[in-house]
Amino acid sequence: MNDMMHISARSFMRLVAAVGCVLLFSSRETIASDASGVTTAVAPGGLLEAGLFYFVALAAVVSSLGVCLSRDIVRMAVWLFGALGSVAVMYFLLAANFLGAIQLIVYAGGTLILLVFGVMLTSKSPWVKFQCPKIEMLLAGVICSALLGCLCIVLTEATWAGSMEVVPGASVKVIGQTLLTKYVVPFEVAGVLLMIVMVGAAHLARQED
Amino acid sequence: MTIGLTHYLVVAAVMFVTGLFTMMTKRNAIGILIGVELVLNAATVNFVAFDRYLGPDRLDGQITAIFVIVLAAAEAALAVGICINVYKNLSTVDVDRANSLRG
Repeated sequence: MNDMMHISARSFMRLVAAVGCVLLFSSRETIASDASGVTTAVAPGGLLEAGLFYFVALAAVVSSLGVCLSRDIVRMAVWLFGALGSVAVMYFLLAANFLGAIQLIVYAGGTLILLVFGVMLTSKSPWVKFQCPKIEMLLAGVICSALLGCLCIVLTEATWAGSMEVVPGASVKVIGQTLLTKYVVPFEVAGVLLMIVMVGAAHLARQED
Repeated sequence: MTIGLTHYLVVAAVMFVTGLFTMMTKRNAIGILIGVELVLNAATVNFVAFDRYLGPDRLDGQITAIFVIVLAAAEAALAVGICINVYKNLSTVDVDRANSLRG
């Protein structure tokens, strides 16, 4: 069972990576052919979008279920990689190409590696297999499925105040200009926060002499 | 067979709920951190989908998503540091055993 999950995790990762590469190259061709610099990965409303969306949605759901159902912490991290990759492809489908690239670089490349480092540095203990009591598992399952049911009902019933019309996605240039004009204060605060976090993490993880 | 806002929101809801389940049932501190990452990703998908379908010209959702990614990276770095410290003091990362404030 666990071996099967491991193999399916790997094949899922490969499939998601392949779809991401295809989308990246197709969006690059769009950039090359579009002089205004406006990028859209996949034309909205087409059959390609629907097929890719359902594939990626399935990958995201299966990877998320793999994260919450597998017991081994390293396998959880591998499934999380699948979920992050599917979310990145979803960003490409939503015409947020810059965000998809950021997701792959920062999340899948940085945060996930950090988590795996954490696993390796903290796994040599006698209590490696942490087991949750069955009754708590059952209770959490009931609560979570009730929440999911309510959320799905609300989401399918809701009517949103908005035009619902899809315009071509913004280019990286526009995102950069918005970030440095309208959102310059949060941008600077994020920079200060990152420096504090760097100092704090170094302080927390330093060697005691 | 048009893909609309609701499709993305439902996928994000499934990711959110599985992240919540992970946080509830895992005893390993890093497992809980992985659940948090799932929940944050679900929220970010919501932001980008709303940005695409309800306010396509304003870019607010995408910028918020960028800030969420920055904060998630910072949070993961600090949390892994704390986990390593807890492991140094208690030689485990079981959250049920880290129940004393005086390390």
